[in-house]
Order: sequence, then C-alpha cells, then structure tokens
Amino acid sequence: MVGIVIVSHSWKIAEGIRDLAGEMAQGFTGLIAAGGLEDGSLGTDPHRIASAITEADSGDGVVILADIGSSIMSAESAIELLEEDGQKVNAVIADAPIIEGSVCAVVEAAGGGSVDSVLKCAEESREALKL
Amino acid sequence: MSGGIYKCLSEIAGRITDNKDFLTELDRAIGDSDHGINMARGFSAVMEKVTPEDTDIGAALKKAGMALLSKVGGASGPLYGTAYMEAGKVLAGQTELTPENLKAAFEAAIAGIQKRGKAQRGEKTMLDAIIPAVEAYSQVIAAGVDMNTAMEAACSAAREGVEYTKTIIATKGRASYLGERSLGHQDPGATSALMTLEAIRDSLKE
Repeated sequence: MVGIVIVSHSWKIAEGIRDLAGEMAQGFTGLIAAGGLEDGSLGTDPHRIASAITEADSGDGVVILADIGSSIMSAESAIELLEEDGQKVNAVIADAPIIEGSVCAVVEAAGGGSVDSVLKCAEESREALKL
Repeated sequence: MSGGIYKCLSEIAGRITDNKDFLTELDRAIGDSDHGINMARGFSAVMEKVTPEDTDIGAALKKAGMALLSKVGGASGPLYGTAYMEAGKVLAGQTELTPENLKAAFEAAIAGIQKRGKAQRGEKTMLDAIIPAVEAYSQVIAAGVDMNTAMEAACSAAREGVEYTKTIIATKGRASYLGERSLGHQDPGATSALMTLEAIRDSLKE
C-alpha cells in the first residue's frame, strides 16, 4: 500500500492530522507524522522526514503532504538524501492543502490506490468548496 | 588559508552566534522571528560535527551541510544546507582553497540555493547578497588579482545587496505574506549571507 507522510513545522499539527486522517482508515499503518524538530521545537527537518518516508514505504511508494514555507524544501531535501543514500523510494510531494489532502490521500491509499491516484486525490482536495 | 576549513567554519559560526539577536530582530520585522536562533542552533550543530582534524574541505562542508539541514529548522536549513553540500561536492578531496576552486564552490552554492528555493535575484532573499558578491569576486579573480582582494570586493557587493533588499518587496518565504509591509526592512537571509562572506574573508586573511 502507498504510504503517506505528513510534514508540518509543528509536531502537534502533524500528529493531529495523522490522528484525524487515520480515523478514515483504521488499521492503516503507512500513515506517518514528521512534525517539528527532534527536540520538539517548531521547524522542519529533512532527516526526520527521510526516516518517516522510509517507515511509511512498503514498496509501493509514498505521497507527502506538507504545510507552509520550508516544509516543501525540507521534503525535497529528504527525497534527495534518500536518493544519495541509494534508497529507491518513489516519493512525491502533493500540491495540496495539508489537512484536506491528507484525509483524501489516506482514503485512497487504504483503498489500494497507486501513488498516482493517491496524489491525484490529494491534489483534487484543493477544489473542494466548504460553503 | 591558515587553520583550514575548521577555522573558516568556526569563524562563520562565531559571527552568526555573535549576531544571533540582531538576525532574529530583523526576522521579527518581516518573518517569523527565528532566523538568528535557527542559524545559531544550526552552527552549534556544525561545530559539534567538524573538528580541527578535518582537512578535506569538501568532506567538512558536507558534514556542515548535513548538520544545517537537520538543525536549523526554518527555510535557511535546506537552503544553506544545500549550498554547503553543493560547494562540498566541488571541493571534495581539496585541502587548499584557490581563487578558482573557491569561485567554483560559490557558483555551486548559488545553483544549489536556486534549485532548492526556486528563487531569482530581486526577490528579497539571500541571493540578493550572494549573487552580486560572487560576480564581484569573479571579476577581480579574472583580472588576475589575489583572493583576499576578491573577497573584499565580494563583501562590499554583498553589503550593497543587503541595502538593496530594503528597497524591494519579498515574494519568497514568510515575508511574502507581508507584501508592501516588507519594504524598508533588510532581509535577514541576505544579512546572514553577508556575515558568512565576511567570515570567509577574515579566515582567508589570517
């Protein structure tokens, strides 16, 4: 199954989204939060994200949902770290809102979707109207 | 360069740490108030990783880049981290800086920052200090003048670049949320880039 990694500057945000999105797919183990720095402070850490990608990957690839600013740069750096390390993971970053995108991605991944279809679902959540 | 790459990185770490509050103050005006704190944390991690025994400049820069990547936390982490690692690739196996290999390392660092940040000159970022600095450095070197003079020229150009960032609006990073309110403030990233160049200049002179 495709894994999902949640990248936020905040440990609480990443954990919270994991809990919220995880409700949609009980028992889905490929949903990993990578929030904050090692010491719990605000920020994003490419090494933590790289570990989360490895943990989330079961061989079918990983879709990353990220919040603002440096989270995208850190996620890109994480993918490069894995490549330089010789690890073959098909990891892609979704251009999607982090909460809505995560919920959609988890539903699709737990249903057996491919990386492409999980990515598509996450990105389609951008268009979802709330009112 | 006496003292080698360890001395140079110590000089950068010292300058960043001494100016931690100033950098954070600049970031309070147009960002998320953490640039000084983040950079100081990053460089304290760098100084835990590199030792005076590190003579291979490329290997030391790679270690420094990895530490910055993990410990800075803000956008400067992946940006400076990538810059150091790309410069490190160019200088792999080198134990001495020459006018030419330093130029190549600077250019690789800029390419790394641009790849990571997808930014151009004129967007109120560290590139507004580094790009003119490296252009000035390269001109002096091309004229056959020594590296110390070239680094002086680089620092002057970077200082002008920092001043220039006061006159433009941020379109990248957290400051871009402020739009016109970012006018009049110098960019913290450009400022820490200037400090880095000044530290390199000083460590080459000694």
